[in-house]
Amino acid sequence: MDEISSGLSEVECDILVIGGGTAGPMAAYKARKKNPDAKVILLEKANVKRSGAISMGMDGLNNAVIPGYSTPEQYTKEITIANDGICDQDAVYRYAKECYSIIEELDKFGIRFQKDENGEFDVKKVHHIGTYVLPMPNGDTVKKALYRQLRRARVMISNRFMATRLLTGKNGRIAGAISVNTRTSEFLVIKAKAVIMCTGAAGRLGLPTSGYMFGTYENPTNSGEGYTMAYHAGAKLANLECFQINPLIKDYNGPACAYVAGPLGGYTANANNERFIECDYWSGQMMQEFHNELLSGKGPVFLKLNHLHQDTADHIEEILHTVERPSRGRFHEGRNTKYSETMIEMHISEIGFCSGHSASGVFVDDNARTTIDGLYAAGDMASVPHNYMLGAFTNGAIAGEHAIDYVKDMEFDEIDQGEVAKEQERILAPTKREDGIPPNQIEFKIRRLVNDYLQPPKVDKKYELCQSRLAEVREDMEQNMMVRDAHELMRATEASSILDCADMAAHASLYRKESRWGLYHNRVDYPERDDENWKCHVLLSKQDGVMTCEKRDVKPYIIPINEDEKDAYNNQRVQAQA
Amino acid sequence: MPIANSPTTVPVVVDEKKCIADKGCTVCVDVCPLDVLRISEMTGKAYMKYDECWYCMPCEADCPTDAVTVNIPYLLR
Repeated sequence: MDEISSGLSEVECDILVIGGGTAGPMAAYKARKKNPDAKVILLEKANVKRSGAISMGMDGLNNAVIPGYSTPEQYTKEITIANDGICDQDAVYRYAKECYSIIEELDKFGIRFQKDENGEFDVKKVHHIGTYVLPMPNGDTVKKALYRQLRRARVMISNRFMATRLLTGKNGRIAGAISVNTRTSEFLVIKAKAVIMCTGAAGRLGLPTSGYMFGTYENPTNSGEGYTMAYHAGAKLANLECFQINPLIKDYNGPACAYVAGPLGGYTANANNERFIECDYWSGQMMQEFHNELLSGKGPVFLKLNHLHQDTADHIEEILHTVERPSRGRFHEGRNTKYSETMIEMHISEIGFCSGHSASGVFVDDNARTTIDGLYAAGDMASVPHNYMLGAFTNGAIAGEHAIDYVKDMEFDEIDQGEVAKEQERILAPTKREDGIPPNQIEFKIRRLVNDYLQPPKVDKKYELCQSRLAEVREDMEQNMMVRDAHELMRATEASSILDCADMAAHASLYRKESRWGLYHNRVDYPERDDENWKCHVLLSKQDGVMTCEKRDVKPYIIPINEDEKDAYNNQRVQAQA
Repeated sequence: MPIANSPTTVPVVVDEKKCIADKGCTVCVDVCPLDVLRISEMTGKAYMKYDECWYCMPCEADCPTDAVTVNIPYLLR
């Protein structure tokens, strides 16, 4: 295994789904359910059984809109405010209306959600305004339950193939994708009438402070290929300057507090044991206060549970140490930290792109369509803001059901074999060199530069320096990167995605000349939010081979936001009591 | 420039007495999202070939003989 072999095969399908994590399986499943005669291929870089952000499981739904607890209108309003007004509400509103039926369906798959003594869903309040958090006591079963459904629906699964470029046809429609086997380096060209991209976040963009390259918040296999492929195919990407930055346990990449510990009385505190933010729901505004506190002399910041009853603290510990990130218990054991006894030090994560938590994604409409005909995107990589795991499921379903209708009576668009040959040459270049720089060093350097220069607060001069340093690394990568086996070739290809994402992060950030979304786009040279000029999307795309940004109006709101509500998320700091 | 091999201590440990990879089992290798485990040609047992671990634990949880232990990588311990 891992020897570099040559080879190229070609297959055809109606719908190609790229990425077997959360949104991808749901898209493939829904497409096959709606048309059992359609040929649907689910392509996955690892193995669908345990791939993607929810590899091991999930502690809960962060954004469940459940009748009796919240309404689609209220949720749409909350997300619009949380995302500082930059929100095409139709996609969020559609998600909010349809997510409950997805919850019921997941429940039937065997993924059970917490219910109270009356058999009602036990929804908790964590957000600033509404109530949307639903715990999943057997959240460790998600991937297994999904896999069962994929087998039942007889979706064709191709594991160990990493898509590297999309193919567009002579008519400008999507025509398929090129992929490379991660263990043999053989190529597979998949011709398709529609392609649904579900490749997750760009989670390996910044470098964790521990220096361990794979200790990222996101599953590090999510290295941003979806963003890169969409860019090179000519699709538009939205609001990439709205970075993902999360509050985490210091040195450990588990989420800290809000969704599990918050409803049971845990909170974020400073070194004086004081609460300093009103609401632990993750937003850029909340992260800005977190950042301020870290620098204020009252830091560091802690997850505080040691005021709770021993049983409550133990209960939280049990959830956090078993379901989503079970190695967390081992981390605390090694540090001799118990939640019932000591406050747990927290810190800020590395930066990334992820609309699941913020809003940086490939631009999609309320049918999960990108700006390329026949190309869809769903989950963490698509631009529906704050959409989390349930958003990946729901928008994946929307994409699958729309695409299956789209491909009816559709012909294959003709692919350009020259493109295929060119891509093969690009991917295999590092295998042809006897000597050179290994991909881990190229990647480390890119990500170290991202930390040094792109991590907010964003400073113009630093961003410009970063762009020229990244250009030097690009030259090294293109001229000198060298790999010894197929596994390293996967890492080399990922390094090129990471570099593209770093370039996009810098370019989009410099274009938006204001500050917005708290820490996510805190621009020191333009410190104020400027609604007059910048209450719009920033769309980045490749125009005549050049990275370009443009403004796009936010669609008129379906759910109006009152003047006195629109800044609710800007008032995060606990006010002094009179 | 020539390539050196820098040593690194890896987080995933396989108990070779319990591992049944030599009987054809490949569960841990299959489920790793980073694809960092391999079966050794010398011993026939699973081992961590690449130090690129998310310490997510499917390899340990899904192992049919409890042969796999995931430790926290030293750098963040």
